[in-house]
Amino acid sequence: MTNKEALFNYCLRLGDNNLILGHRLSEWTGRGPMLEEEMALCNIALDLLGQANSFLQYAAKVEAKGRSEDDLAYLRNDREFFNTLLAEHPNGDYAFTIMRQFLMSAFDFYFYDELKKSSDETLAGIAAKAHKEITYHLRHSSNWAERLGDGTEESHSRIQNALDELWRFTAELFEMNEVDGLLLKEKISVDLKSIKPKWEKLVNEVLQRATLKIPVNTFMQRGSRDGKHTEHLGYLLAEMQHLHRTHPGVQW
Amino acid sequence: MENINFEDNFESKLSRNENIEPKDWMPEDYRKANIRQISQHAHSEIIGMLPEGNWITRAPSLRRKMVLLAKVQDEAGHGLYLYSACETLGISREEILDQLYTGKAKYSSIFNYPTLTWADMGAIGWLVDGAAIMNQVMLQRTSYGPYARAMVRICKEESFHQRQGYEIMCTLAKGSPAQKEMAQDALNRWWWPTLMMFGPPDKESIHTAQAVKWKIKRETNDQLRQRFVNQTVPQGEMIGLTFPDEKLKWNESKKNYDFGEPNWEEFQNVIHGNGPCNKERLSTRVTAHKEGKWVREALEAYANKKKKVAA
Amino acid sequence: MSDQGIVWEVFVQKKPGQPFVHCGNVHAHDAELALQNARDLYARRNEGTALWVVPAKYIVASSPEDVGPFFDPANEKIYRHPTFYTVPEGISHM
Repeated sequence: MTNKEALFNYCLRLGDNNLILGHRLSEWTGRGPMLEEEMALCNIALDLLGQANSFLQYAAKVEAKGRSEDDLAYLRNDREFFNTLLAEHPNGDYAFTIMRQFLMSAFDFYFYDELKKSSDETLAGIAAKAHKEITYHLRHSSNWAERLGDGTEESHSRIQNALDELWRFTAELFEMNEVDGLLLKEKISVDLKSIKPKWEKLVNEVLQRATLKIPVNTFMQRGSRDGKHTEHLGYLLAEMQHLHRTHPGVQW
Repeated sequence: MENINFEDNFESKLSRNENIEPKDWMPEDYRKANIRQISQHAHSEIIGMLPEGNWITRAPSLRRKMVLLAKVQDEAGHGLYLYSACETLGISREEILDQLYTGKAKYSSIFNYPTLTWADMGAIGWLVDGAAIMNQVMLQRTSYGPYARAMVRICKEESFHQRQGYEIMCTLAKGSPAQKEMAQDALNRWWWPTLMMFGPPDKESIHTAQAVKWKIKRETNDQLRQRFVNQTVPQGEMIGLTFPDEKLKWNESKKNYDFGEPNWEEFQNVIHGNGPCNKERLSTRVTAHKEGKWVREALEAYANKKKKVAA
Repeated sequence: MSDQGIVWEVFVQKKPGQPFVHCGNVHAHDAELALQNARDLYARRNEGTALWVVPAKYIVASSPEDVGPFFDPANEKIYRHPTFYTVPEGISHM
């Protein structure tokens, strides 16, 4: 693998994470538990889609094969997507969405804080902007996790279930492969090992405030670094890409 | 006897084009007419999120996806501004929503039509928002202060809605034959329902005369409809689309377009619950409300716990 | 409290140093969510640099009947305005 290939793959990973999670959040439109909260979800989804757009644009530029960010979003197949498994999980109930968001936002918060220092100026620039946005996402989702965890019996059990269900996808967030290795040497990518303790500390604190228990002895799932996903991603892409693919090569 | 004084005061404020404010005395019927119109308007924004929300996950480019999401989000925001204005008339958010969920309150019938293709995102932005803007521009001068102020904010924010719709139509109209056909089909389906958005003809409208007298409305349904046709037809022709109305023709002596009569029977049908999507639209919101109940209960329980700790 | 929380009035400061201006309200069950909701509803187009939220029930408003006694008396006090005073020609910075 060349450095350029590694950087291309890295950009896809970041772009895909945001695209898929933003897409999932946008599915809440018109269906949220409170109108004010629908506004919030849309804002977060818009931030994520904007980040996806920037990363995929950069990926296209790095690849330099004449593909656009839309080609990358709409014309790749499941096995060519590199978003983390956590992001692609269907929304479930509101507790599930909040827990998924919280775990991701907590990761992104430390991740972008490091990526801001990347030797790659484009990545550093996108990360600086993203970090501000994520800071709010994290505040939003941790506030909500706390309220649902320490709300009623029902809300507590729903969000505890969500945590139990999603925990097995969290180790993958920190998985490093050849791509990370190559880019780390150039100080382009983030050393995921270094942010893991910070993430764990924050997650522990918030979940404790939320009166929630982290499950123990969980078998951790992986696969997205190799483009191996849950069965959910295929349906998401089928919906997202069908119109674009039905009319090849046209302008929208 | 004291009321006469209040009433004179109210009438003279209206005649001086001054706004009526929440604490001002107002005739009970004026209050009711405003509650009816503002809540109906708010519900239209909220239900109006659904036909377009239908395509967010399928938007064909990243740019279109973001624009559509931002637009639908604005609709939620506008619904909120309007609920907020309506509450100043002494009705709670819960009551207003309840009227929607139980079918007591109406919303604009246009949203009971399905969005079948991507071109419908163009047609809705261009035509439906175009029609809505005619109404909204007028409503910036409506007599009830909180309503007028909400409308000023809404008009400012909505200025991109119609443009993005027309831009979609332009792109499709000059795109592939399949895209052009999609655009024409969308125009054919949305044209008449859009004309119906202005409400029944003046001679049959039960609310218009009183609403104009109270300066809640500043122009009649027919006046607005005519202006909409005049401004929209050239926009469609410019991009090579045709309108599904054989009677549509420029009338040089009147300096207006002549146009055919919408199918008012269909209009009545849709209003009375028999549009293609009435049931789906309402049930989506009712389900969201029901499924959000445990969430809202959790928020309340949490707030109460914290209050106790603080006390 | 009720299903939709309570009403919070929202005030936005457009730029640092400027006064906070009322812009509408939000519903929320507690102060932190009221602040978040206000941010998500009223600050999505670069509208401000700071926000206040306050429970609507704590706003005390004057009545329309107060308009005479509250505000008319101020009309007469022209000596509160600088233009009431004459200064010799050629004096500046005053």
